[in-house]
Amino acid sequence: MAATLSPPRILPSGDSAITVEFSHNIDDAANQRVLALDRTLANDPVAGVTETVPTYRSLLVHYDPVRIDFDTLGAKLVALAQLPAPPTAKTRRWRIPVVYGGEHGIDLEDVAKALKTTADDIVARHVAGDYRVAMIGFTPGWSYLSGLEKFLHMPRRQDPRLLTPAGTISIGGVQTGVQCLAGPSGWHLLGRTAVRTYQLHRNPIFLLEPGDRVKFSQVDARTFAEQDRAAAGGEIVAELMAS
Amino acid sequence: MSKLVVSTIGPASSVQDGGRHGAQRYGLTPSGAMDPLALAAANTLVGNGAFDAAIEIGPFGAALTAREGAVRVALSGAPRSADIASRAIAWDSSTTLADGETLTLGFARGGAFSYLAIEGGITGESMFGSLAVNARAGLGSPYPRPLQAGDELQTRAASAAAERRIELPAIAEGPIRVVLGPQDDEFGDEAKNLFFDSEWKISATSDRMGYRLEGPVIRHLHGHNIVSDGTVNGSIQVPGNGAPIVLMPDRGTSGGYPKIATLITADLGRFAQIPAGKGFRFKAVSMAEAQGEARNFAKLLRTLPDRLRAIETFDLNIEALRDANVAGSAVSAIDARTWQAQSADALALDGRD
Repeated sequence: MAATLSPPRILPSGDSAITVEFSHNIDDAANQRVLALDRTLANDPVAGVTETVPTYRSLLVHYDPVRIDFDTLGAKLVALAQLPAPPTAKTRRWRIPVVYGGEHGIDLEDVAKALKTTADDIVARHVAGDYRVAMIGFTPGWSYLSGLEKFLHMPRRQDPRLLTPAGTISIGGVQTGVQCLAGPSGWHLLGRTAVRTYQLHRNPIFLLEPGDRVKFSQVDARTFAEQDRAAAGGEIVAELMAS
Repeated sequence: MSKLVVSTIGPASSVQDGGRHGAQRYGLTPSGAMDPLALAAANTLVGNGAFDAAIEIGPFGAALTAREGAVRVALSGAPRSADIASRAIAWDSSTTLADGETLTLGFARGGAFSYLAIEGGITGESMFGSLAVNARAGLGSPYPRPLQAGDELQTRAASAAAERRIELPAIAEGPIRVVLGPQDDEFGDEAKNLFFDSEWKISATSDRMGYRLEGPVIRHLHGHNIVSDGTVNGSIQVPGNGAPIVLMPDRGTSGGYPKIATLITADLGRFAQIPAGKGFRFKAVSMAEAQGEARNFAKLLRTLPDRLRAIETFDLNIEALRDANVAGSAVSAIDARTWQAQSADALALDGRD
């Protein structure tokens, strides 16, 4: 463990939020520090802080400027970011079933072609990965995962699609992701899962937490259809693995 | 129980409140009123909590009818013509619709969003502490989508409380104030100067997610891709085409474009009310000034009840006259009824152009 941690940059996001930036890049060590500061603030709240939003390389801290000002909170966040990471609760490991290719993953063949391999090889590599939820953002439940093997790193599409299906499993840049709601995306679509990472009237409404570990497993189209019906009825479908 | 039934309503009209907070870490955006002060003023007029749910009405008109009892309502935000049968309703004031009466609202003038608060609030199922509509996430109650004809909003029967008006401070003129950052270092001095020295217009393709700006192209120093990080209401992000987008309450909670600056809290509502096509400018202020303004704004919201006034029959409402832009033709008005009828005619004309 590093003896001294470099201080994060304190960037103003208007008069009511601070971006605590640990790195300019996607970097696992920076993400660990983001999640550590997030836990520190959850365990020992700072008066005036209203909400925190962890992302890859920064923690967005919303606050009430009536209760605490920028300079005071900024200094406090720098100090808290130097503290050793608080212990985590036991890391949760999820197995998420995916139907790859065909109508469910319309870019799989193109990705294989671009990487000069077979679709089966892409699937095998994607399933072999051990991923971590680095952040959840953009739309409800959209989970950005780190840990994609280098072979699968690909630039995003030149022309983002305006509509991609709910449950899409895709890759973009150095990341892979689980998208919950239908919506726009510039990533390459490999498959779909029946798992809803966001579902109202289910407990929990949000399935994944930043810091959770994720593995994918391949299922066939029929299993996907069955799981999709079960998930629509409120079943979680994803499997919580013994770690 | 009474209810307010939507007879007609334009697009971009929905139930909104102070928004839902605490789940941005899961990608759930807060939503909530585009103009928080106007929401709070309307609610204060009918004795509701400042950020209770009300109807946010987009730039076009609406007609709403009271059923199964009287309904007390109040109007604030972008002014527009308002009448019940032949009776013109003053802006920034409360009024009561008798059972069966219809409130008819014209187009917004000099703004985009008006707020119709209902005494007793809107009955609905709160999710994450809010009734605010977020259509993308399937949230909002009683309808998880914008309002449409035939919708019914349940509420309490009108009380016998006296009608009131509220005296709001004059809306500040001048540039929209911003604090630089969080990624202003992704832009050179030339780009920053261009941003602050240019006149901007809001594109007609804007919505509750973001206002697209029309003006010069703002170039990045190192390209437009940054690692996605968190956004706030008022983040000004600059995508690859160099046309800035100001993120509004239905924004994505994270974004991968550099953010040159962020609107100050006190100016969010004023910015949201700028009509498409009207020129405006930005001005950078210090963090100390922005936070001073945020504290003043919070105090204004807190003290809105002190600004309530009784409605006097012969009181000439100078502000409403100025809003109506008919002061010249109304100099001989001696009672409220006369000039209100006059102004309602003028407003109807206004609404057509």
